[in-house]
Amino acid sequence: MLSEEAKKEIEKALRKYPNKRSAVMDALRSAQKDRGGHLEKADMDEIAVILEMNPVEVNAAAAFYTMYNIDKPVGKYHIQVCRNISCSLLGAEHLIKHMERTLNIKTGETTADKKFTLSTVECLGSCGTAPMMQINDDYHENLDEAKVEEILKGLE
Amino acid sequence: MEQVILKNLGKPDSHKLENYVANGGYKAIQDALKMRPDNIVQMVKDSGLRGRGGAGFSTGLKWSFIPKDPTIQKYLCCNADEGEPGTYKDRGIMDNDPHILLEGMMITSYAIGASVGYIYIRGEFVFGAKRLEAAIDEAYAKGYLGKNIFGSNFSLDIYIHRGFGAYICGEETALLESIEGLRAQPRKKPPFPALAGLYGKPTVINNVETLACIPAIIEKGPEWFSKMGPEKSPGPKIFCVSGHVKKPGLYELPMGTTVRDLIFNHCGGMLTDKPLKAVIPGGVSAPLLTARELDTALDFDSLAAKGSMLGSGAVIVMDESACMVKSAYIINRFFSHESCGKCTPCRDGTPWLTRVLKRIEHGEGRPGDIELLESLCTNIFGRTFCPLGDGAVMALRGHLKNFRDEFQFHIDHKRCMAQ
Repeated sequence: MLSEEAKKEIEKALRKYPNKRSAVMDALRSAQKDRGGHLEKADMDEIAVILEMNPVEVNAAAAFYTMYNIDKPVGKYHIQVCRNISCSLLGAEHLIKHMERTLNIKTGETTADKKFTLSTVECLGSCGTAPMMQINDDYHENLDEAKVEEILKGLE
Repeated sequence: MEQVILKNLGKPDSHKLENYVANGGYKAIQDALKMRPDNIVQMVKDSGLRGRGGAGFSTGLKWSFIPKDPTIQKYLCCNADEGEPGTYKDRGIMDNDPHILLEGMMITSYAIGASVGYIYIRGEFVFGAKRLEAAIDEAYAKGYLGKNIFGSNFSLDIYIHRGFGAYICGEETALLESIEGLRAQPRKKPPFPALAGLYGKPTVINNVETLACIPAIIEKGPEWFSKMGPEKSPGPKIFCVSGHVKKPGLYELPMGTTVRDLIFNHCGGMLTDKPLKAVIPGGVSAPLLTARELDTALDFDSLAAKGSMLGSGAVIVMDESACMVKSAYIINRFFSHESCGKCTPCRDGTPWLTRVLKRIEHGEGRPGDIELLESLCTNIFGRTFCPLGDGAVMALRGHLKNFRDEFQFHIDHKRCMAQ
């Protein structure tokens, strides 16, 4: 079941558009936030009813975008390290390997205590402050090993 | 040089409405509301402003295609789906000076007769979306948005539409599909969005930086704009510099600034004592330039004459330590990751290129792989539904044309000659 807060956000989103379908991305984002970072079929079915869409259409929209994690729960902190060209030139691969060692997981995995998920992503538009990563909503820039350690230690 | 687009960056609380107004903001819209919409379109045409998102199409001309019939609903969409690797100028504007974008959108909406505007911002830009949302709230509270803005007869609503991870949404018709709640795959053109765009209505889609130029064109006049830089590619331009330079960052300079001037004067030169090897001048789709081509001017036509492009103005600098096979692999991997799946040459061709590049990069290249890459390029370029596949090919061809010996060395010796 979607939370009351998510339902309110969907209502607010509906006021932006002349049709209901346009609110599907906002609705999916609210639902994902509800679950702490991923989506399940039940959420998409519920959104389909609210937006008067076919469930398969909601699923098709969700599956198209990389930030919706369908049936893929993520840790409390989702670490997304950029590996595109500007970050790579300044040592992104080295940082990713360092984080795999520090967290004792491989890229794409979640720590046993469900605290961290480590992913790599393609360019987050922070190329002048490379290398960089995003943890949940926040950008962390001009990274090196020491800075990464400090950031990870600061996360409760 | 006097800063126009980035003039408020670095000032305290530059994102707040009161500071934007104190720095001279929201005057241009009030002047514009006293003009005839047609005259504004003409001014923007006369300024010579060309779209800053990458395509470089005349902004005024684009606006002029919108039907004049006042009974038809029209839309303005701001393309803030900044995703071309190396590019971070729109983020710089939205994070630090959201009101310059809103003012640009107000003037544009008035000029084309749009009563609703959407800002399509990429999903990862959470901070920018919050800044924009706060700026929009401030503008409504002041009567700068909503019914009868600034006491005029013109009404305008602006909404934020947040993407959620898809580079293809930067393609204007894919962006429209995304707002309509569909999978973001490009539409067939024609009809062009100016006639049948969002919800089938006439729509202008402009990039953030393009819209941020509009208030200054009203304020300072089209002549001021058209006299800066090359005649056919005028105005101020933001260059997003990254890679092996001492001072990477956003630089607002006249169009036509040379690559050498940008890197060695403005950015403080190379990061270390290693010499420059290659520069990607306009985002990863743009074929790279070599150290012999540093006197190339950064503008639409000069770069096109060199077989490259200005694109989004993302300048990625690489020194001698950079492996060109790795660079080609990383860039191509990006395109195959972002291929939307609509057409076969791109959907199947870009991952195939990635597989071949990956094996060459990892010392598993086979004799004939370079020829295979070239043949795949031939079968993708010009045969795809939208420019994404072309971008992948242009980037790879730029690498192969200038650094073929590095690819051959990787295949013959199973290791890199640069690192």
